[in-house]
Amino acid sequence: MNTPFYKYGAFGDETSLVVAFVIGIGFGFFLERAGFGSARKLVSQFYLNDLAVFKVMFTAIVTAMLGATYLAWMGVLDLSLVYLTPTVLWPQLVGGLVLGIGFVIGGYCPGTSVASVATGRLDGLAFVLGLPVGTLLFAEAFPWIRGFYENGSVGVQTLPGVFDLPYGLVVFAVVLMALGGFAGASWIEKKFQPR
Amino acid sequence: MSPTAQTLNEPWGDGRDATRAVDGAAPAPYMNPYLAGIGLGLVLLAAFVIMGRGLGASGAVNAFVAWVVGSLAPAHAQSNAFLAEYLGDGTTHPLKAWLVFEVLGVFAGALLSGLLAHRVRVSVEKGPRVSAGLRLALAFTGGATMAFGAALARGCTSGQALTGGSMLNAGSWVTMLAIFGGAYALAYFVKWQWR
Repeated sequence: MNTPFYKYGAFGDETSLVVAFVIGIGFGFFLERAGFGSARKLVSQFYLNDLAVFKVMFTAIVTAMLGATYLAWMGVLDLSLVYLTPTVLWPQLVGGLVLGIGFVIGGYCPGTSVASVATGRLDGLAFVLGLPVGTLLFAEAFPWIRGFYENGSVGVQTLPGVFDLPYGLVVFAVVLMALGGFAGASWIEKKFQPR
Repeated sequence: MSPTAQTLNEPWGDGRDATRAVDGAAPAPYMNPYLAGIGLGLVLLAAFVIMGRGLGASGAVNAFVAWVVGSLAPAHAQSNAFLAEYLGDGTTHPLKAWLVFEVLGVFAGALLSGLLAHRVRVSVEKGPRVSAGLRLALAFTGGATMAFGAALARGCTSGQALTGGSMLNAGSWVTMLAIFGGAYALAYFVKWQWR
């Protein structure tokens, strides 16, 4: 068995859109289950009252990472066929900071805001309406910021490649970091427990 | 007034008329964050194995904006390198994109989860010290800010932090750490929104 199925031609573009919808249902379902349709639940991460964002996100990262690594090791999944966005250091650093700033101002991120609208939040709807405005501003500014947008372009880079370490060792380090983070998160939550 | 541990684990916690959903039932508690994380991770892993790509959200907004601008001012959109990428060669409708269908699925999945758990109700999530109007304005601003940041970083919390994070994509880790950095740096200054 060779995967990714789509990359091996198991189905075409039309079917891939059905797959997209079904995978999206799973994504939205677990975002809402975790409480991520709620702005207060999400931003509590940044006030240290409730670190569910970190816990859910890193459990998901570790689950997908271990699954992908295992399937690749079994020869089932060709990791080189999984799309990775190229690394462009400076705009990704600044873009990340801007994303974080928007997160605490707005209370959602683009994915979770969709879950918030689905569960009736009008502030989530306002957030969603803001998204195309920000994109349009970026697009209109693009001719002027294009130089910065491409500043620090180093192509597709993975952490094992950057640090010249075996893939499995980095996977192991991320798992250890996550486990340490989960223990630390429980400790922090107790310390910052709202009364 | 700060939220109690109790209200953080309720979907609205705004103190209005207890917490009743559209169907009149009391909301169910959120899922354990580690279980939700495993669920989310398996959905992400399924995307890798079936499609050879991960999850996303902001890319759907880019496609939407490219379609709107492309419809209103075709020449302007085609001359914009950022938007032109989402318009392609014109043979495929810009909205016939994988991420657009995935995001529609996110809405459906979150609605399904919310209905099953009695967590769907029209509300504006905010602290007691801000008006609903101000909260909506802040949410709109946050959405626009995040969309700008996501365009710069080539992805948001879904496409970079979650997807790229689990694939050990170097640029994704830079973006992820910057998101947390930006959010923590500003959190103190917008705390009045929630308390």
